[in-house]
Parts: sequence; structure tokens; C-alpha cells
Amino acid sequence: MKVRSHITQNEALLFEMGSPGKVGYQLPSLDVPAVDAVAALGRENVRAEIEGFPEVSEVEAIRHFTRLSTWNYAIDLGLYPLGSCTMKYNPRVNELVARLDGLAWAHPYQPEALAQGAMEVMARLEAALAEITGMDAVTLQPAAGAHGELTGILLIRALLEKRGNPRKKILIPDSAHGTNPATAAIAGYTVENIHSTASGMVDLAELERVVDKDVAALMMTNPNTLGVFDDNMAGVAEILHKKGALVYMYGANMNALVGIARPGDFGVDVMHLNLHKTFSTPHGGGGPGGGPVAVKKILEPFLPAPRMKRLRNRWAFDYKRPRAIGKVRAYYGNFGVIVRALAYILAHGGDGLRNATVDAVLNANYIRRKLEPFYDLPYTAPNMHEVVFSDDRQAKLGVRTGDIAKRLIDYGFHPYTVSFPLIVHGALMIEPTETESKLELDLFIEAMTAIAKEVETDPQLVRSAPHSTRTSKVDEVGAARRPILRWKPRETGSQTAD
Amino acid sequence: MTYPDDRRYTKEHEWVRVEGDIGTVGITDHAQHELGDIVYVDTPKIGARVDQGKSLGSVESVKAVSEIYSPVSGEVTEVNGILAQSPEKLNQDPHGAAWLVKIRLSAAAEITNLMSAADYQSYVGAES
Repeated sequence: MKVRSHITQNEALLFEMGSPGKVGYQLPSLDVPAVDAVAALGRENVRAEIEGFPEVSEVEAIRHFTRLSTWNYAIDLGLYPLGSCTMKYNPRVNELVARLDGLAWAHPYQPEALAQGAMEVMARLEAALAEITGMDAVTLQPAAGAHGELTGILLIRALLEKRGNPRKKILIPDSAHGTNPATAAIAGYTVENIHSTASGMVDLAELERVVDKDVAALMMTNPNTLGVFDDNMAGVAEILHKKGALVYMYGANMNALVGIARPGDFGVDVMHLNLHKTFSTPHGGGGPGGGPVAVKKILEPFLPAPRMKRLRNRWAFDYKRPRAIGKVRAYYGNFGVIVRALAYILAHGGDGLRNATVDAVLNANYIRRKLEPFYDLPYTAPNMHEVVFSDDRQAKLGVRTGDIAKRLIDYGFHPYTVSFPLIVHGALMIEPTETESKLELDLFIEAMTAIAKEVETDPQLVRSAPHSTRTSKVDEVGAARRPILRWKPRETGSQTAD
Repeated sequence: MTYPDDRRYTKEHEWVRVEGDIGTVGITDHAQHELGDIVYVDTPKIGARVDQGKSLGSVESVKAVSEIYSPVSGEVTEVNGILAQSPEKLNQDPHGAAWLVKIRLSAAAEITNLMSAADYQSYVGAES
């Protein structure tokens, strides 16, 4: 018999682990006469076996998924500094509230009279988001950020069509997220890029030159992807508005503004929010997102139906919305996410939300100050909630941002965002969020400092990282060029060496 | 890197080499270097009409997807088949075997808008 490493080091798929007939459940014996399925349904409708179906016991299923879960990195394990992603902690009070029976078991077809509590939750979140953003109305329907973006641009198109001309172009700064041009294109617009100034802001002179009667809107991220707040924003909005165009603000970085500045006050006409970033709902694989869209009054008639309406003493859904762009999602949005976001807002209160913003900015600036001696900082304007370094100094020794990120895994941290934004050469984009204590930030700073020194003394150590993980450096290029997209069963009977 | 002077260059890092009324189009060595390992190339279909300065397709690397802007206007007459199977050729031989498309020029005078090899050389020197 061959000794092999324990299964936790080399977990098979569930499909590969079962044995025929093994089950993880017991059914009570029939209390009605047994029926022959073939006689009742016909032979062609009865299947004897589902090929390859995993047959395992309860403990095997539990162990399998528990083992897989230990391979994961999560915000519950430590700092998760993915820039632009805002990987903040998801407070447990959110989960507690979302699991209340009346909310967890609510059904979208429940009669309005029995859904007043759920509707109140939605109405309160709409009101809170309108207040936080300085806008007039909010829809909670969009399921995530990019979906919110598309909803926002469709609202702009609807308004401009109503005015007689939907126009042709959307302007997008070169520091934008990739979803911005994708959104514009899907909404039927062509995209025109505008360049950033040396300090990473929109160039007002260039903007003045390119805004004409064909421009429907500018899509702008503020603070932008460099973490820099564009303090020309009011001027930017004025240039657009003068020509009858609108301003869309990409709200992914709203966590740098909450409680401090309101987009509605500096000229924004429509924006989305990422509930799974700014408002602490689970992120990415952790659950569905939420991408509410907030608008000024002029866009309110076009918001998707139904809208919430307050009658004398109760809430009702208003479907009579003749100018609405149509539904953008089934029912009313990702309700469980809506509940969590409201819990976060109410648990913090106004002062708490403002503190979270201030702490997020402080944490990013602390990292900037501590790492500036070791990494190049191409844009030196004051930064808000994130900081973007460049690998220029390390690249001279043959080590790139992707290598440093992999080495960071050896130090027990999730990597930062690599090679984005594209306007920074070899970007290291770091966003700590307000979640982290000074203790955790110092550990991260020590790790990044140690890596910078390793690059000078032993660049190969960094280039070949990670060294402490289950899998050594994976061939990302090979995986992208020749991806293996299909699982194939192992040949039965043969014992493959582990 | 020296850039061959049998062709003209764009600010967006494409090149075009004209023989008769056919222009062969590719991306520059500087472009492939900046993109890093290229994993996919999206080229237009034969017969497609393209305009100078407008999108011709895109190049995907492990870092990003980047637009390719056509250096000339005209009709696509040939697409380089090896890129579908071996996108890495674009990293290895961007000025030679890894050309992208051939275009029948509809406005041959356009190439005067483009840079010479020497101008492009100093342009990328200044940019990097």
C-alpha cells in the first residue's frame, strides 16, 4: 500500500468520491400503497440511475465542503486590500437582521397588506441613499454595479429621447473602469476617451473642446481610480449642462464620500451605488450584489416600475409609470442585500458613516506614507480611500507588480489589485477600507517593506512566489491561451498516483 | 529596438506597410511589450470596411483588453490565421510573422498622417 498525503492536500471532486448506493439521508417508510413507477408513468419516463451522480454520506459531504472552505482567503481572515473593490468587513448585525423570519421568508408575491414591513425596509433604504447622495429619487432594482450603470445610462437616453434627440456619444476619462465603455456601447452610444491631467483629473480645457451637441453624457468616477478626488467636479458638470448633456457618476468609490460630500450637490444627475462595496453587504462570490441608482428629479419619471408609493397609512407598489424604461430585474432587486445595507446604515447612524469614510481615507494615507520610501508613486495628488503605486523601481530588477502580489500571499495577505488602472505603469492598487486597525495595517506594511527589500537582495525569490501555498505559481498565460474548460471523469478502476 | 522604416506608425502603436494598394497592418514591438503576454486577438472578418483611427479589433493580454485602431481606411482582404492558434506570436514577432490584417486602401494619401520610423522611435522614447 502506498502512503499518500492526506486528502486535505489533494481534494477530489465530489463526483469522484462516492460509492454506488451510499446516501446521506433516511426516508420514512411509505404510509400509502407503493406504486410501480413504470406502470404509472411509462417506461420512457422512468430513469433507473443518474450517471455520475455523487453518492456520499453526510459526513463526507460536510468534510468535502469544509475542507474546500479552508483553502479560501476571506475578509474574516485578514486584510483584503484589493484596490477599487472595497473589501470591507460584513458586520454580523447585517446577517442577524437579514435572518429575521418576517424578512428571510418574505415572498415577492405576498399581498401588499402582508408585506408592509419589507416595503418599509425598501422605502427607508431609498430615502437613506437619497440623503447620502444628495439626489431626489432612488431605484433599488439593479442587481449590481454594472447593472446600475446600464440602468443609469438608459435613464439618460430616455430623457434625451423625450427631449427629441438621444444623441450619440458618451465621454469617458482614460482612468475609468472597463465597465464604463461596455455600458455605453450596450446602451447604443459610441465612446470617446478624454485624457487625464498630470494630477489625474479631467482636463477642463479638453472637455470644453469635445463637448458638443452629440454628447449625451460624461461617465465619471469620483474619486477616480487613482483615489484622487477631482475637485473640478462642479466645473465639469457646468460644461456638460451648458450643452444639454448629463453627468453620470460611477459610484464604486462612494465609500470615500459618504457623510462628507454629496454628488447631488456637485452637479451629478445620476449615479449608482455598490451596496456590496460602500454598504458592507457580501461581495463577489459571497452573495448577490446590489446596484441602486440615484437620480435628480428630471430623471425620476423614467425609473423602472414599480415605484413605492405612500398611501394614507400604508405602502403600495405603483405600476402606472408610462415613461419608465421598463423593469430591469424581477421583483424589487436583491432584497436580502437591501436589508443588510439598511442594517449597516442604521447601525452606524450619520456620525458613524462619516467616521467610516474618514477612517478609510486615513488608513489609505497611512499606507501611502509608510510605503512611499519603497515604491514609486506616479500621481502625488492627495489621495482618498486608496493609493496607487507603480512597480517602476522593482521592474528595473526584473520584478513586476504581479510577482510582488504573489509574494504577498506568502506573507498571509490577499494581493492588492494588479496592473489597474491602466494609466499607471505596473500598478499596485491598494485599498485597506475602514475595517483595518493600525495593528493589521502595520503587518501589511511590514510585509510590503520586506518584499521591497527582497526584490533588491533576492529577486528570484519574489519572481518565483508563492512558496507557501497549496499550489505553486500557476501558469496564468497558459491558462488564458489554452484553457481547459471541461471536467472529465477519471478512468474507473485505475488508481492514479497522488 | 529599431523600428523598420519600410512602414508608417500611429500614436496608438499600430504600423502599416503599403505595397501597391494593399496595406499590411500590425502592432508595434512597444505595444506588445506594454501589453505583456497576449492571450487572444480579435480581428475583423474578410470584407469588413474599416476607417482610419477607428477600431479594427482588439488584443487581449493577461493585463487588459486593448483596442486596435486602424492606421488606414479600406476593406479587409486577408486576416492572419496563425494568431487564432498562436497569439503568443504577437509577442515574438510583431513586425513580421504576426501581422494582423491586410487592407485594400480606399484613401492612400491617408498614410501621410502617420509617423515615420524615426518619429515613432522618439515618440515612444518620450512616452516611456
